[in-house]
Amino acid sequence: MSDKKPEEKEGPVQVLQTPVRLEYVFSAGQSASRLLGAMAKGKLLGQRCPVDGRVYFPSRGSCPQHGVPLDGAPVELADKGTVATYSIVRIPIEKVPLELPYVTVQVVLDGADTVLMHLLKCDVDKVHMGMRVQAKWKPREEWTSSVENILYFEPIDEPDAPYDSFKEHI
Amino acid sequence: MSQIEKALTAPHVIEYTYKRSLGPVLSQFFTALRERRVVGVRRKDGTVLCPPKEYDPDTGESLGDMVPLKDTGVVTSWAWVAKPRPQQPLQKPFAYALIRLDGADTPLLHAVDAGSESRMKTSMRVRARWADTTTGAIRDIACFEPVD
Ligand SMILES: [Zn+2]
Repeated sequence: MSDKKPEEKEGPVQVLQTPVRLEYVFSAGQSASRLLGAMAKGKLLGQRCPVDGRVYFPSRGSCPQHGVPLDGAPVELADKGTVATYSIVRIPIEKVPLELPYVTVQVVLDGADTVLMHLLKCDVDKVHMGMRVQAKWKPREEWTSSVENILYFEPIDEPDAPYDSFKEHI
Repeated sequence: MSQIEKALTAPHVIEYTYKRSLGPVLSQFFTALRERRVVGVRRKDGTVLCPPKEYDPDTGESLGDMVPLKDTGVVTSWAWVAKPRPQQPLQKPFAYALIRLDGADTPLLHAVDAGSESRMKTSMRVRARWADTTTGAIRDIACFEPVD
């Protein structure tokens, strides 16, 4: 056996730390890189399907329904939209800039035909489907090519969107 | 649409901070490692498992008869790692090896610091190199090294 001195006795070892750590370099690809580059200028770029005209945001560069490339001109979207569905979160998660309880929402941006998952800064008793919301951006000097430029969404003083306008997303 | 110059990339780390509760048998294995000793567990037929198991893999019987082992053994199989990755046990070329410790009947997976691949051989004798500080984990054995 080793001639090194045994460690002090500290009672039996009962727990083992077994962290799993995976280090990736994520490549955004052409489509998302374009979207993220536009984010750095405060723009939300969607892509239109050439088959049925639906606008995807965020877009992965191809239509998941028709399997065709979304290679037409990008479509600039408003930073306003409609809450399709929501969930109230009461368990903390790292890096969320809102205090508990907070709201996660699926937002249909005006001009888009897909939902964007984001945070909503709002009294949890007030959130509802059809609620009109707008993006709260970080200060312009902090913008990077990241979706984190939008901190969260906030309610705006507009009448609720009609159910038919978002029912396909719930 | 025009192709952009270069796709954006960003580091992306996924980490799960698992903690494992050891139970009575593995607790003794890791407590022994902290004291720079190795133990196995004896089955009813007299053979010794190292690393120890709580249950007999053939019969499902509970096991708990711990047996002290030597920190020397024999390599039963190995694979050379020419370019170690940051989390691996040695930061120079080494071998992952199955090592049957003297007194045990099953092999333990660990690293062998052999210096070069040409020194690695199935049936070679090795000895544990203990870590300077021990915590009750498999890395209390820093690695194994060839015994001439
Ligand atoms: Zn389509």
